[in-house]
Amino acid sequence: MTWLCDFWRSSVGGKLTMAVTGVLLFLFVVGHLLGNLQLFSEPEHLADYAKLLHREPALLWAVRCVLGGALLLHVVTGIRLARQNRAARPVKYQKEEILVASFASRSMLLTGLTTLGFVVYHLLHFTAGVVHGAGAAKAGKFDGFDVHTMVVRSFENPSIALAYVGFMVVLFFHLAHGIQSFVQTLGLNHARYTPVIRRLSVVVAGLLAGGNILLPLSVLSGIVKVAP
Amino acid sequence: MKVTLHIWRQSKPSTKDDFAQDGKMVRYELDHVSNDMSFLEMLDVLNEQLIKKGEEPVTFDHDCREGICGTCGVVVNGEPHGPESGTTTCQLHMRSFKDGAEIWVEPWRAAAFPVIKDLMVDRTALDRIVQAGAFVSVNTGAPQDANALPVPKADADKAFDAAACIGCGACVAACKNASSMLFVGAKVSHFVHLPQGRVERETRARNLVAAMDKEGFGNCTNQYECEAACPKDIPVRVIADLNREYLRAKVREEPANTKRIGGDG
Ligand code: HEM
Ligand code: FES
Repeated sequence: MTWLCDFWRSSVGGKLTMAVTGVLLFLFVVGHLLGNLQLFSEPEHLADYAKLLHREPALLWAVRCVLGGALLLHVVTGIRLARQNRAARPVKYQKEEILVASFASRSMLLTGLTTLGFVVYHLLHFTAGVVHGAGAAKAGKFDGFDVHTMVVRSFENPSIALAYVGFMVVLFFHLAHGIQSFVQTLGLNHARYTPVIRRLSVVVAGLLAGGNILLPLSVLSGIVKVAP
Repeated sequence: MKVTLHIWRQSKPSTKDDFAQDGKMVRYELDHVSNDMSFLEMLDVLNEQLIKKGEEPVTFDHDCREGICGTCGVVVNGEPHGPESGTTTCQLHMRSFKDGAEIWVEPWRAAAFPVIKDLMVDRTALDRIVQAGAFVSVNTGAPQDANALPVPKADADKAFDAAACIGCGACVAACKNASSMLFVGAKVSHFVHLPQGRVERETRARNLVAAMDKEGFGNCTNQYECEAACPKDIPVRVIADLNREYLRAKVREEPANTKRIGGDG
């Protein structure tokens, strides 16, 4: 146990913690998007998918615990590292140039904390169903799994839809830096692949955020409607 | 040419509670600056004028003045060692600036580098990291035949990239988090690609990181400012090497009380 604590407390150990938990969260975002895109197929499919996730409560809770634990560790470690970084430069430069650091890389704590806020809001909204009365919409058809109607009813409200778009833009910035960052932190750097990975990082972050943004936008524009 | 300088003047050494002390930016006008002067020669001229006027000259660190010792670190216009890439301050020349330029000169800014006076900082934190194991501790005797221990060219090149480090601290000064991981990565990478260095790779990775953390440097966030600022163009690949070596060393670490058949000897 002290071994693990020592590892976590060290600078490189803290970075590796960010990377491993970041990878888990990243993989979750990928899987979550693939599930979400079923909004574009039959409403039954989304309901079946939701039921599939709930079929084995033990498995569902195991996955929730791993992801929740990863998120908690990611946030706690991220805040600790950021505080140490602030303390490491007690006097600021009067004149400071940015040589290569991207906007995304300089706003990781901010985009991360905003994403944390989004995760809490999103869980209250769709998983617990306690905000915007979304729970009532879900309880309709398909044995209480009418996810399609719940999602469409929510995104018909422009302020909810635009809030989701905004949060996804924030997530884009977090991942645009984050993806290539975990590759480097995990010790993978190669003259041939690293430049490609740095560019792919922005592209994949764009696809993930863009894919999610499609949902509220297609409801807002009337492409996806509540099934009759 | 004529330049306007804004230089950090601090008469007393930094302490933990009061890092900046009486420090402030002071403005100086300097005329008749030659294009061919190095940046340090320009500061020499300024100091001669200050001494003539009976003022305290600007304290700055320097030694070889040929770009190999790493002593001359100052931040010029927000960039460690100034605007030319792959260049130390002593090798920076005034032709890199326009006539009438305004130039800001500040010391390295890091909790681990307390200011001694004006632009001179205490960089012994880097020495203490080196003392924690950035060397090969076996006594190898007289130099052996160069071909007795074959090293593949690719490995030798990687080790040499890292060995080019002159320990100036520009990576720390450039890093938004004042992290020294490019420096420590260079030490780890330098030895891990060579057979002589590989013997102690695990203790080295653990001890260097522990020593680095004790000094109060920040943590790398992969922004790569260090690589851009390094006067010797050390690549951030060495930080990936450091991360990998540290993970390997921690995973393979044995509990302190592990019993050995041969005893402790
Ligand atoms: C869906 C949620 C999230 C995902 C997918 C995610 C993903 C990532 C990834 C992949 C990294 C790069 C890891 C590395 O540097 O090796 C990272 C870094 C980071 N994340 Fe997150 N993250 C999420 C939520 C958060 C939250 C809620 C915070 C709040 C504190 C946060 C704060 C940070 C910080 C401070 C870093 C380090 C920045 C750096 O090293 O440049 N993240 N994240
Ligand atoms: S004085 Fe030696 S490198 Fe500049």
